[in-house]
Amino acid sequence: MMRYALARIIGLIATLLLLVTAAFFVIRLAPGGPFDEERTILPQVRANLEAAYGLDAPLTIQYARYVSGLLRGDLGPSFKHKDVRVSELLGAGLPVSASLGAAALALALLCGVPLGFCAALQRARVLDHAASVLIALMIALPAFVLGPVLSLVFGLWLRWLPAAGWNDGSLGYAVLPVLTLAAPALAYSARLARTGLLEVLGSDYIRAARARGLGLRRIVVAHALRPALLPLVSWLGPAVAFVLTGSLIVETVFGIPGAGRFLVEGALNRDYTLVMGMIVVYGVITLLCNLAADLAYGWLDPRVRRR
Amino acid sequence: MAGSILASVGAELPRHRAVLAAALLLAALCLMALAAPAFTQHAPDSINLAQAGSPPGLDDAHWWGTDRLGRDVFARTMQGLRVSLLIGFVAALVSVAIGVAWGVLAGYSGGRIDAAMMRIVDILYALPFVFFVIILATLFERGDVLVLLAAIASVGWLTTARIVRGQTLALRRREFIEAARAMGVPTGQILWRHVLPNVAGPVIAYATLTVPQMILYESFLSFLGLGVQEPLASLGSLISEGARDMETAPWLLLAPAGCLTALTLSLNVLGDGLRDVLDPRTRP
Repeated sequence: MMRYALARIIGLIATLLLLVTAAFFVIRLAPGGPFDEERTILPQVRANLEAAYGLDAPLTIQYARYVSGLLRGDLGPSFKHKDVRVSELLGAGLPVSASLGAAALALALLCGVPLGFCAALQRARVLDHAASVLIALMIALPAFVLGPVLSLVFGLWLRWLPAAGWNDGSLGYAVLPVLTLAAPALAYSARLARTGLLEVLGSDYIRAARARGLGLRRIVVAHALRPALLPLVSWLGPAVAFVLTGSLIVETVFGIPGAGRFLVEGALNRDYTLVMGMIVVYGVITLLCNLAADLAYGWLDPRVRRR
Repeated sequence: MAGSILASVGAELPRHRAVLAAALLLAALCLMALAAPAFTQHAPDSINLAQAGSPPGLDDAHWWGTDRLGRDVFARTMQGLRVSLLIGFVAALVSVAIGVAWGVLAGYSGGRIDAAMMRIVDILYALPFVFFVIILATLFERGDVLVLLAAIASVGWLTTARIVRGQTLALRRREFIEAARAMGVPTGQILWRHVLPNVAGPVIAYATLTVPQMILYESFLSFLGLGVQEPLASLGSLISEGARDMETAPWLLLAPAGCLTALTLSLNVLGDGLRDVLDPRTRP
């Protein structure tokens, strides 16, 4: 197990380096630069600006400087936000995005997994059909449809909840964004829990337990639940990437001051370090969550553990 | 209880009805998108400020109302539907082609090549890949539909690659492939004549599921303002426009949102149904 974890951590670092390298050069391939503003600036001013930010050096040197900065935990200065470090910008936005994403993922799992299990146990009955309709709907409704529609219905028409804003994450303001972000993840986790449990319940060792006369409740709780959760656990890594992506939209729709907007804004403004900072931070988060999910998988599944 | 858990026959019937309904809904949407110009005399980009912001109704044949510039919402939504359908299908075709090629090569090669190729897929799978799409979409001239297509298609092939690789790996050990190899049939011909036809079923099913995914990616980018540009519209850009004015003119949001939901829902249900029938791994 330790060797497995160690190998995975080395793989993670290699992946991250690959990601940083690819992103760095792809972004620089783009035409235009951070100082192409509408009003033209004097060539001397531009040269001074580029020298000040180290943009006059060859690309490989800039790359080496960026990576060595990264190793020291420095994401560099923002090119567009004057006198602000990228880490300050992200430091302000990330806690908001992270609490939004964590709340949505928690809600999705807490509601989705029981829903999926109940649907599996009631297979082909009313609850199962209702659940599958709900799941299909929630998967088909992307955040940029669900968000504005929820905001319109509950915020503007019924006036039950604020239509937009964040207000430091107070409960009323958080309900609609969290619901919007959680809906598709909830649907996926319910679907995975349902098929997971159905697959386990159809297996031979469950049939053997039934043949020995064990009650269904006992079988489900003691023998079926843990293996039924396996597909769900291996989905958790991608789920984090999914929620991070969704929060870009949700933050735009509800005007939430998270970190998501920095990606689009930075890419449009050619704010190289800001985009790189977003990619590095979100990349680290996703890769770490993937690693955690894989280790949890090993802990749940003894066959993997022994390997 | 046992009967309810293990009963599967009864559960199949309503699902097939749902698949049928989804196919009909999809056909209706495609037909509506294509035939729309025949039903309305308004062009999607004709501006008429005198009638700006009128709600849906039967007068003047602005059935779904008009937007801030007095453009007909029905005509614009149908045009958006056409653009979304076109981009969705083409991007799905491209990404499925990449996925099939990657999967067949990896699965048929086996060994180290297979391991390396699938490791790449694993890595890409783990990353928030939409980030790369956003960067690609901002890199080049905005509104270039080809760049948009390339950016979207570059994310869609991973699942297909995994599935095709698994199928190919299993096929490789089957007698008829071995026989073909023993008779000296060239590898290309084996892949083309014997492997590809046998993976076609699941590929068709997952291609159907890739289309709504591609439509959603395109709408996602257009919603953020990185996709299709004015005066052309896709469902995503219409939704983003509608969300801005939803307080005074909710029909601007509801028309494209409803169309997009109907489209992705029907494609998803259809794809799930096809997968149940065509993918041997999910066959009961």
